Amino acid sequence: MTTLAHPSETVNAGSLLPSAEPLQLIDKDGLPGGNPGGLTFPQSDVLRELYRRMVLGRRFDAQATALTKQGRLAVYPSSRGQDACQVGAALALRDQDWLFPTYRDSVAILTRGVPAEETLTLLRGDWHCGYDPYEYRVAPQCTPLATNTLHAVGLAYAARLKQQDQVALVLVGDGATSEGDTHEALNFAAVWKAPVVFLVQNNGYAISVPLAKQTAAPTLAAKGIGYGIPSLLIDGNDAAAVYAAARAGVERAADGGGPTLIEAITYRVEAHTNADDATRYRTSAEVSAWLERDPITRLEAHLRAGGLLDDAAAGRLADEAERLAAELRMRMNADVSADPAELFEHVYARPTAALERQRAALLAELAELEEPAP
Amino acid sequence: MTTVLPPALAAASARQAPVPQATPPAGPSQVTMAAALNRALADSLAADDRVVVFGEDVGTLGGVFRVTDGLAGRFGEHRVFDTPLAESGIVGTAIGMAMNGLVPVVEMQFDAFAYPAFEQVTSHLAKMRNRTRGKLALPVVIRVPFGGGIGGVEHHSDSSEAYYTHTPGLRVVAPGTPADAYRLLRQAIGCPDPVVFLEPKRRYWSKETAVLTAEGPPIDRAVVRRPGNDVTLIAYGGMVATAMEAAEAAVAGDWDVEVIDLRSLSPFDDETLTESVRRTGRAVIVHEAAGFAGYGAEVAARLTEQCFHYLEAPILRVTGLDIPYPPPHLERFHLPNTDRILDAIARLQWEGDNA
Repeated sequence: MTTLAHPSETVNAGSLLPSAEPLQLIDKDGLPGGNPGGLTFPQSDVLRELYRRMVLGRRFDAQATALTKQGRLAVYPSSRGQDACQVGAALALRDQDWLFPTYRDSVAILTRGVPAEETLTLLRGDWHCGYDPYEYRVAPQCTPLATNTLHAVGLAYAARLKQQDQVALVLVGDGATSEGDTHEALNFAAVWKAPVVFLVQNNGYAISVPLAKQTAAPTLAAKGIGYGIPSLLIDGNDAAAVYAAARAGVERAADGGGPTLIEAITYRVEAHTNADDATRYRTSAEVSAWLERDPITRLEAHLRAGGLLDDAAAGRLADEAERLAAELRMRMNADVSADPAELFEHVYARPTAALERQRAALLAELAELEEPAP
Repeated sequence: MTTVLPPALAAASARQAPVPQATPPAGPSQVTMAAALNRALADSLAADDRVVVFGEDVGTLGGVFRVTDGLAGRFGEHRVFDTPLAESGIVGTAIGMAMNGLVPVVEMQFDAFAYPAFEQVTSHLAKMRNRTRGKLALPVVIRVPFGGGIGGVEHHSDSSEAYYTHTPGLRVVAPGTPADAYRLLRQAIGCPDPVVFLEPKRRYWSKETAVLTAEGPPIDRAVVRRPGNDVTLIAYGGMVATAMEAAEAAVAGDWDVEVIDLRSLSPFDDETLTESVRRTGRAVIVHEAAGFAGYGAEVAARLTEQCFHYLEAPILRVTGLDIPYPPPHLERFHLPNTDRILDAIARLQWEGDNA
């Protein structure tokens, strides 16, 4: 008899499922985690670098928040609390790989090597993207959410078509997993075996909407099986676990194994942005509980216990962070120089005749304003 | 480290050069628009190994209109391939591929089926160059079979051009003849800007005896299909042939009609159009799409602004009705035709005209 199945690749469905509990290498007290799964514990130098980048990122984040209160940034969505996800993901990438961040991922962008002031150009408001994506292999920050997942899959698949050893890692939040583009991207990536890693930073809220109103799935990682994508559920406040999981995804993709879906459980400590009032939808007790699971504190405890960090090294790092913040303050306190003529420059490869006329009209308007009154 | 291929931007200037001919021009031969488009894709694939063609059913089947017929077999599945059924996915991944140095040419199976990709087209494809201050160019071509006149059931006959022309950063073109379909598609694939390429379904099987070449009027210029002195009749895509028929019929009414095929809906060729309308003093714009806030409104407005003192009558529009696209048995009441065009020409205030 014939079977009622259409031909497709057979996979062992069970191998695609995430663990029931989040994988963890270092617990909230800095001790060995209770559920390491198959994750490889990072080397000491990697742990130290994860710590250093988180400390720098946290200081950058605090400075950006302060600058926003002073009116120097149009808006700032803080990374605080999600430091381990953003640093772990960025450090797991090789030089040739690409990062596809969202507006909340300033610390990931900074960790990837983009200068602090270029990281903040979008949020300061002098242009939509401040850095050259090709220089750092960092895509422009995604604001509509989930649209970047498809760009990552396309870039990764192009690498495969051209036989380039290159992986794309895309950051999304729990809210973005409800968007159609996330679904399409997971599906395309699986069908094409595209070398891409999806890292979902599940911080519990899409602005104010809690996860329970976002999905009825047991976990977001559990969705991977529906696409034929192996998935990992991890403790997103454990930088070692994030790094190990993302690194495993990158290596698997580079080896031709296709995409990986990682759900990292974390928490957005600040409000959605400076314009948001988080007390309308969550309790201070909830925030306090998450502050006790701070990703920097736990890695610091682990490093100190292992003799990998002492007061002198911590002091040098604090100084480095202060220098970063001072440099950022200096640059962001300078007035923005935005050129209205540039508005017409990059719409097409060459401005159209109609755009040239509009530019001339705008410049004439500005010249008139500058002329002294008769 | 492995470096990314030179960004598309670096290659942009090279692609401004005349498009190389993969198939040397032979003598004139009879060709349908579908076949001309197929040749353009084949020649582009042969000329530039960065070009990839993908979409729904474009591989093994060769496309529902057979525009990609034989290409997967000739160029291989790594150059021409089927995708999952998801239009946002098709355009979104094309953006990523273009970021990584490829030149994607994607197909939206029917105009109304392209709407799921709208966000990717308007928020990302159109804006990426601008967002990144010119660092990230996206030379992507989106082929969209558009318009009606083929008796298609619901969602198979939309004219969606105004959605795209209203988006800065996109080029929007529509060929009216087989030879121009070949030329415009070669030019679109060679263009450093994203191009929405609207293919008039009702003309896929129209024939023309021509030499297919990418040379000729550039991608952003309109052409005079029929010179005339009394009135400028403006059309694009499937309405070009209708406009030509109307112009011939108008001879009986003693009107010498000039027909302009826009080719490029965005950017708009102000120079060619303004010269013609100032000379004739009258203009009619024809399109299948609904008239309200339609593409013709922009044409009428800007030509009025640029030609007001030369005009003998208001610029008129002959358009589809302001209704959702009708079912097959009623579409003839919706679509512009020769009679409606002649009626519009007759209303151009000829009383007392000495010409």
